[in-house]
Amino acid sequence: MFTLARHELYRLFLSPLAWLILALSQLILAYLFLTHIDYFMQIQGKISAIPGAPGVTELVALPLFNNAATILLLLTPLITMRLIAEEHRNDSFPLLLSAPLSATQIVLGKYLGTLGFFLILIGLITCMPLALSVGATLDLMAIGSAIFGLFLLVASFTAIGLFLSALTKQPTIAAISTFSLLFLLWIIDWTGNTGESTLFSWLSLLSHFQPILQGDLHTKDIAYYGITVGFFLTLTIRCINTQHLS
Amino acid sequence: MTSPLLSAKSLSRFYGPQLAVKQLDFEIYKGEVLGFLGPNGAGKSTSMKMLSGNLAPNEGEITINGYDLLSQPKQAKAHIGYLPEQPPLYKDLSVTEFLSFCARLNNIPSPNRKSAVDTAIERCGLGNVRKRLIHHLSKGYQQRVGIAQAIIHTPAVVILDEPTSGLDPIQIREIRQLIKDIAQEHSVILSTHILPEVQMLCDRVKIINQGSLVFNDTTHALAQQMQSSHILLTLGAPPDIATLEQLPGVTSIDAISNTHFKIHYQPDHNPTQIILESTVSHGWQLTALTPGQHSLEDVFMNIIQQETDQIKEQI
Repeated sequence: MFTLARHELYRLFLSPLAWLILALSQLILAYLFLTHIDYFMQIQGKISAIPGAPGVTELVALPLFNNAATILLLLTPLITMRLIAEEHRNDSFPLLLSAPLSATQIVLGKYLGTLGFFLILIGLITCMPLALSVGATLDLMAIGSAIFGLFLLVASFTAIGLFLSALTKQPTIAAISTFSLLFLLWIIDWTGNTGESTLFSWLSLLSHFQPILQGDLHTKDIAYYGITVGFFLTLTIRCINTQHLS
Repeated sequence: MTSPLLSAKSLSRFYGPQLAVKQLDFEIYKGEVLGFLGPNGAGKSTSMKMLSGNLAPNEGEITINGYDLLSQPKQAKAHIGYLPEQPPLYKDLSVTEFLSFCARLNNIPSPNRKSAVDTAIERCGLGNVRKRLIHHLSKGYQQRVGIAQAIIHTPAVVILDEPTSGLDPIQIREIRQLIKDIAQEHSVILSTHILPEVQMLCDRVKIINQGSLVFNDTTHALAQQMQSSHILLTLGAPPDIATLEQLPGVTSIDAISNTHFKIHYQPDHNPTQIILESTVSHGWQLTALTPGQHSLEDVFMNIIQQETDQIKEQI
């Protein structure tokens, strides 16, 4: 299982795709980061007099993580699309199937490998706000909570992407369907926050991310991501089992 | 006889309503090379996939080295090496990287891993290309990497699905030699639609057609089926066909050209001697006399034909 995870991660970095994604996401986020800092410098003088005013963490670091979430929403399908669809396409899946591995190990191995890549990406993103600690005091707990939230979010993105990649032989189709599903889950609570839409807002990936980003860690939000990951991984395992091993 | 290394009982597989493999029995013993023959679409690849645990059969059971493939897949799969029709390769890796990944996948402990990879590379003649990306290798070498992958964990049974398809004649010869070498240490199941290949490499033959087994015997028995009952005759000054037909033992004659004939005879009345004497006494100017032999293809077609006829009769 860990062999497979390592192998996935290694192969990701053999392709230019992973490097390109790392580089470009850094570029975009760095630009956003700078604009936030710029804005903070402008209003710093005005708000410094107000007691309890938002500090650098609230005004620079947290918006950065919010932007990072949106960018990850766009990037995840590109990474997850090839996971299983490409194996089918290259006829390399039999290698894993005839190795002494269960479907669960195959799925978890691929999942953990991809998650490893996103951990590297999140780590790089985290470096930006941490760099501010040279000249400012940061609320490290709030940043920690935001990182954790981002990680949970990406973990569910990856699980959904992995499942959709198992359904098709065409990586492009996997990417498009992953993106659509993620986006739908992202905006599903925009139906208006009236009473009957609680189900929709419960389903939304975004509505569970916002509280964590603000530093409100609730069990129900963590459970939501846990359930999402578990649900889609189980579906993927079942899918491989019925296709090949049942 | 000892118990078989791999045995399968009444395997069946449907694709939707379509029957791909029907009630197939399969067994292979230690040190044996089993040829699995059939025309395209006969169910060879489906059977290979089921035996290697890539596809679950709808019915039947498979036992490998005492482990049931369906209920103890991990233990069972550790004893098989499988090369599908398309070699399963990660083309962005180098040969060594790929093989050491395979070694790790197959749970070879790390102290032995390097030597396992080196042995596989050496046995498959990949020494010159070990650092190159698989993507850049020729089809023949990719096939070798595929075979190396299948034998790296020294499995009891190696399953090769059409290993020589799509290769040029020299590569085919090299791969056949490689299979011969592998057969010294492993039991091999070789699926192919090329009959001479089976004759060269295999101890036992199974022929499958339309999903069911139609022939199951040794290669020697298959060769006996090839004994034929015709003579090829070329004469410089041939007589009428009717004259030839009246020779004792001759059943019928096909005139291939004016001077070239194919003479069929009753199996226990070989007319060679009589023909020889007649040509001399009548001055037919014998230029060639060859005992005929069925090509394997003929035998193959015959077996399949008989089988189809039997089914028709039953209906």
